Amino acid sequence: MNLRRITALLLRYLLLYRQSWTRIMEIFFWPVMDLLVWGFLTSYLLQVGSSRVPALITFLIGSMILWDLLYRAQQSVTLSFLEDVWARNLLNIFVAPVTIGEFLTATFALGVIKVLINGLVLAALAWALYAFNICQLGFTLIPFVLSLMLMGWAMGMVTVALIMRWGHAAEALAWGIPFLVQPLSAVFYPVSILPAWLQPVAWALPSTYVFEGMRQVLATGLAPWHMFWWSLGLNVVYLTASGVFFRHIFRVVRTKGLLGKLGME
Amino acid sequence: MVIEVHDLLKTFNGTTAVDRLSFTAQRGEILGLLGPNGAGKTTAIQMILGIIEPTAGSIRVFGQDIATHRQEILQRLNFSSAYVSLPQNLRVMDNLRVFAGLYGVNDWRPKAMELLRLFEIDRLATRKTGQLSSGESTRLHLCKALLNAPELLLLDEPTASLDPDIADKVRKLLRRIQRERGITVLYTSHNMREIEEVCDRVIFLHHGRKMAEGPPRDVIARFNQQSLEQVFIRIVRDGELQSSDQKPAQ
Repeated sequence: MNLRRITALLLRYLLLYRQSWTRIMEIFFWPVMDLLVWGFLTSYLLQVGSSRVPALITFLIGSMILWDLLYRAQQSVTLSFLEDVWARNLLNIFVAPVTIGEFLTATFALGVIKVLINGLVLAALAWALYAFNICQLGFTLIPFVLSLMLMGWAMGMVTVALIMRWGHAAEALAWGIPFLVQPLSAVFYPVSILPAWLQPVAWALPSTYVFEGMRQVLATGLAPWHMFWWSLGLNVVYLTASGVFFRHIFRVVRTKGLLGKLGME
Repeated sequence: MVIEVHDLLKTFNGTTAVDRLSFTAQRGEILGLLGPNGAGKTTAIQMILGIIEPTAGSIRVFGQDIATHRQEILQRLNFSSAYVSLPQNLRVMDNLRVFAGLYGVNDWRPKAMELLRLFEIDRLATRKTGQLSSGESTRLHLCKALLNAPELLLLDEPTASLDPDIADKVRKLLRRIQRERGITVLYTSHNMREIEEVCDRVIFLHHGRKMAEGPPRDVIARFNQQSLEQVFIRIVRDGELQSSDQKPAQ
């Protein structure tokens, strides 16, 4: 791992934002729109439900914020790769002395930056508009966010591998894959709502523990650390598996000559 | 030897793209890789760059095997292709800054400015790359390719998008830089006059096989033709003739 090359790659992705207001707006546009919809829905439910809807309903705002952080972490890996595909710059990167590890590390670092910026903006907006304080989650907030980032990176690696293997036809996966796990991650409802046969699948996802854990903190004020450890343990498995998958696909791509095609099309 | 390719074979789903190709390139030599579309030039170049894995055979660059020493080799070479671009939404100097970082170039700014001046695009240093004409973009790509002072340069149709005047300037400049720095160049082009002017030696490929090899003048004489273009047409129209009046060059 060469820090200078990682910094250069990170710079390449960050400079895109320095040059373009539309890209900066794009970072905030969808999360803010989601926050407005979920925030006003929460306000409405609290208003009409009065005694029937518990105050706990505010977890919808927390769920939305945490979901966005997971999504951003995945997007930072996939969109960085796609930026180079779209710019026909992919070959320039991969014929430079850059290792796959350095490339992925740079996209992970970009994810950290995006998650931090997004998290701060959304938390501030949620507090200002709905008096929802994400810091209610206390010290569990940091490990929960970390856990979501790890899962986002794992999903990002799998997505990039699939795009490398199947080319432009698979680009839609960059946006689609996170939504494949969303219903099973129990983002906006507890796992118990899912059909019994689906619940083991949900509990096999690291993100489920984060969202369940968040609801527990908001309901009881107690930090469910076992949820975090489960989430972390599963993330180690998922990251390792996605790394192995990525390396395997990269070998296949080199054998089939697909990287050159993707880089020149 | 800078490049030693031995018995290189690449098949894709049973189709042979490069067929038992062997050649070498010496230090300071400009070697032209010629052939029609689908001849195997790009596949051969991409195998030398280590982004396509050969089915069989070996590639040694700077005396090291590309399969086991890819990072060290890539550090000492560079690549430019008419079919590859630099990020359009970055400024010219930002692009060079990023690639200077990737190649570990120290004190990159004066080196980048010198290259921009050489290629007569220094006035565009703060311009967004997407605002450059195709000729200016090509020249910027060549600046990127020379930024790490490479010992080996792989140029895939580098003048394809240039008008005759700029193409002539770029060719002369490339030749000058190549002589001054003793760079080895592997050069592909469909412009046979350009190849005659630039290359010390050429290799003709057809269906992945080497059909002829040698200095341009020798190859023209061997085929009893007037120009490389005529040799090219003859090879393409009669791909099997290598055994009739000459053996595939060694």
